[in-house]
Amino acid sequence: MKQKSTTKTSYHIPIGPIHPALKEPVYFEFEIDGEKIVGVDVKLGHVHRGVEWASRKRNPIQILYLAERICGICSYCHPAAFTLAIERIADIQVPERAEYLRVIQGELERICSHILWAGVAAHEIGFDTVLYLTWQIRERALDLTEFLTGNRVTKGIMMIGGIRRDITSDMIPRIQKDLQYFKDNFETLRHIFLDDKTVKMRSQAAGVLTKDDAIKLCAVGPTARASGVKKDVRFSESYFAYGDLDIDLITPDVLTGEVNGDVYDRIIQRLLEVKQSIEIMEQVLDKMPSGEILAEPKIPKLLAQLKKANGEAVGRHEAPRGEVIHYVKLDGNQNPYTWKVRAPTYNNILPWIPMLKGEQIADIPIVAASTDPCMSCTNRITIVKGSERYNLDREELHRLSIEKTRRLLR
Amino acid sequence: MIYVPALSKKSETFNIWMKVDNSVFKKVVKHLAKLQYPHLAVTSGNDLGKVIELIYHFTIYYEDHLGEITINISVDLPKSKPEIESICDIIPGALVTEREKMEFLGVNIKGIPDDRRLFVPDDIPKDIYPWRRDEKGPEKLYKNLHEVKK
Repeated sequence: MKQKSTTKTSYHIPIGPIHPALKEPVYFEFEIDGEKIVGVDVKLGHVHRGVEWASRKRNPIQILYLAERICGICSYCHPAAFTLAIERIADIQVPERAEYLRVIQGELERICSHILWAGVAAHEIGFDTVLYLTWQIRERALDLTEFLTGNRVTKGIMMIGGIRRDITSDMIPRIQKDLQYFKDNFETLRHIFLDDKTVKMRSQAAGVLTKDDAIKLCAVGPTARASGVKKDVRFSESYFAYGDLDIDLITPDVLTGEVNGDVYDRIIQRLLEVKQSIEIMEQVLDKMPSGEILAEPKIPKLLAQLKKANGEAVGRHEAPRGEVIHYVKLDGNQNPYTWKVRAPTYNNILPWIPMLKGEQIADIPIVAASTDPCMSCTNRITIVKGSERYNLDREELHRLSIEKTRRLLR
Repeated sequence: MIYVPALSKKSETFNIWMKVDNSVFKKVVKHLAKLQYPHLAVTSGNDLGKVIELIYHFTIYYEDHLGEITINISVDLPKSKPEIESICDIIPGALVTEREKMEFLGVNIKGIPDDRRLFVPDDIPKDIYPWRRDEKGPEKLYKNLHEVKK
């Protein structure tokens, strides 16, 4: 890390790199003037596991399961984007029913992820009762995931040319019951997050990302949409069954009439998206046609077909955090020649810099969390102040954050 | 240019693939930015033996319902002199992906505002590029478990 020259009034605090077991470790170096952040530097790659390189020794079906393990929360969207790319190259026509079932999985994952995020965001500002409430709801979403796929996290549901498990008519009442449960609890969550004075004080006008910055820095997903950038792959591209469904592109002004691009808007954005996902799932259950769920149920035959395929393509899917894009090149061998994965947080790194500049140290947790990365990075902080050196761990940073909430309440 | 129609029946989506020469690449991006300021999704790269191919995946018209167009611009760089101009002055968000290409493929990106490593750890030798398939590839660094002495 290149050390910048410091003036007498500013000092540096490094944040991260983190606990290796967590999903998106990152190293921040903040230049601090008193309480105010004046400079931000980010270093990535602490868990770069060479997944793309590992794909050189695997066939496309093995890669599906490798892709699933890129991220624990997005364990559906990576195989989804990879499958889309492969299907384009090999020109595989997916049965209509499978396209609808894929939408259900995608939206269920979004509900799980956004509700998890809502809990984390509440925790970051010291609202732990809300954390327990949201994660209770998330538990229901995970139970539903288990009911539909057999697993809670790594679902193993995607298959090239279709999907691995069908939803039979006797399963539908259970899904509808759970969707009703999410709807009932959605109102509670909306009230807590959007009407609460404390949440407003901590999140309004904090971590602002302007629309101009969001476009220039190529932000994606809820982070971009909360700044007013109308970008959603489900809306702008026809893939899976999304082209046949009614989907509106949501930005926070739907609810408040204006876009500020602050943390509060990102909360609104995700809550609205949870509601939208519930509605999409209901639409799918209504419209889903009957039929096959796999284009080619015999895996060796499918592999033989993929072995002959030649060409390159990109597959894109709107993951909970934004657009995920996979580039695949097949050259007639069993294993792909190139596989490039781009997860949404990759593009949401640079927007952190304008968001964090000018904020206070106590705002780091909530502002950084507002793009929905992994907050594991706050695990270990060392403050070097002159010759003095002391550790500021996650708990301490969390305490600072809570103190600010208390201060504002007074 | 090749048009690849998507699979969904309701609407066709278009992916445009084009190959441009390195000398006009920057002009192409400038022109694209005039048409509509593009979103740069990512840059991917292939080591094709004699050349290194970089593919810039842009998307435009993403605000239109089912009207988004993906533009994939590929540029071949000779391995003897893999150099390309940075587009960070047009699209500042390209920085992360350009830094990644520098460290993973050994491409020299001229005029990049920040040329430090981003993903590759500092203890990997300077002339090793993990996505290369030639002598600069990572093969030297492999350790096979059965060969490691206790």
